[in-house]
Amino acid sequence: MTITSQIRSNVTRTYVFMTLFVAFVVLAAYVMGNALGYGNSWLFIAVVLSVISSLASYYWGDKMVLAMSGARAADRQRDFDFFTVAENLAIAAGIPTPKLYVIDDTAMNAFATGRDPQHAVVCATSGILTRLERRELEGVIAHELSHIKNFDTRLMAVVAVLIGTIAFLADMFMRTLWWGGGRRSRDRDDNLGGILLIIGIILAILSPIIATLIQLAVSRKREFLADASGAYLTRYPSGLAKALEKLSKDKEVLEAATNATAHLFITNPFKGKNFGAWFSGLFDTHPPIAERIKILRAM
Amino acid sequence: MNPFIVIGGILVLILLYVWSLYNGLISLKTQIEEAWSQIDVQLKRRSDLIPNLISTVKGYAKHEKSIMDSVTRARASMLSAKSMNAKAKASEDLSGVLGKLLAIAENYPQLKANDSFIQLQKELSDTEDKVAYARQYYNNSVMEFNTKIRTFPNTLVNERLGFPEKEFFGATEEERKTVKVNFE
Repeated sequence: MTITSQIRSNVTRTYVFMTLFVAFVVLAAYVMGNALGYGNSWLFIAVVLSVISSLASYYWGDKMVLAMSGARAADRQRDFDFFTVAENLAIAAGIPTPKLYVIDDTAMNAFATGRDPQHAVVCATSGILTRLERRELEGVIAHELSHIKNFDTRLMAVVAVLIGTIAFLADMFMRTLWWGGGRRSRDRDDNLGGILLIIGIILAILSPIIATLIQLAVSRKREFLADASGAYLTRYPSGLAKALEKLSKDKEVLEAATNATAHLFITNPFKGKNFGAWFSGLFDTHPPIAERIKILRAM
Repeated sequence: MNPFIVIGGILVLILLYVWSLYNGLISLKTQIEEAWSQIDVQLKRRSDLIPNLISTVKGYAKHEKSIMDSVTRARASMLSAKSMNAKAKASEDLSGVLGKLLAIAENYPQLKANDSFIQLQKELSDTEDKVAYARQYYNNSVMEFNTKIRTFPNTLVNERLGFPEKEFFGATEEERKTVKVNFE
């Protein structure tokens, strides 16, 4: 896959994803509304809310992701290597220097977000900044800038916010079920209500899983591509390879990451601990690090 | 089928092709100009750091006059260089003598421990990186441009449009690679 076709596919996928999201939320609202006995009154609210959050995720996805991670703006004096390395690689990539943020956490990780290179953000943990050599950090930042240049970040930011919304809705639904019980309308057949309630519960359980699957479908292959184009920027693939080696040895879980933002990071922030082991392979947001290192070493 | 429509259609296609080629070349040319001014900015930035460096070194290592003079001379010829080739050459010379100047710090522990010297050293090596990356971007853009006007059938059209090939800046990618490994 070439960079141009990757950009095009990312841009289309973003819109497809936003549309699917609206459809999904409306459908879920329909089923849940009926299951709980609120009828179709939910539908209108669902349409409005999902359209608004879709657009919001497009325009303010980067800010939301940053807020979710509790990052602070980077400072040239304090984070000299991070700051200058990002400047330098932005020169090499021919894009404006992204806004830079630091998460004060000793776990080693980094991510990029923003809807296009003009509104891009790169965020790194203080752990990765202190424990990587400058050349290794270059590899990591080059990887992140490639995500920005390939418009991966646009898709990923939209996905992060919308997945977060779905998870939130599902969570809310489960709570309503738990506390409020089914306030079924009287004019409805009890049987139908019962069936819809079951469907509602199934959907509530399924929706985070469906959402996760969508998010994985859009994220795996692009890591390899970003590794390759990052290496093309630094002309030094071993930098990223060494960085990834260090990252894979780091067993610390990044507190600031959530299910919705996990796929943004350069390596899985949960180290595979968040899901049950039996389907962790299916749900991995990233290709195995060993494989990425092997490919980089062969470049 | 009316032959005029066929011929007209072919003409329109050719026109569209020339149009998009022309626009593509113009935007690449602008990109190359931008890349060049980026190199220029970084070279300027590096020369701006040098007077400070010299005065810091002077405070601790007065006897290293000859090396400081050669840095000053290299900086002057860097600033006076006009053509791209001259700039590339001068910039390389300057890198060479700067490396020597930084190396003498090994003999002066107090200089080596000086805060502003450490800061300058960091800034200088960062600027070296910036120059290298700006050059890489410039040369990539030049390569893209040259490939575009050299390949068939663009080359036929370009005989009419008359865009000249662009020149690469300074050291080749291979040289840059060895420089990077030295940092290890």
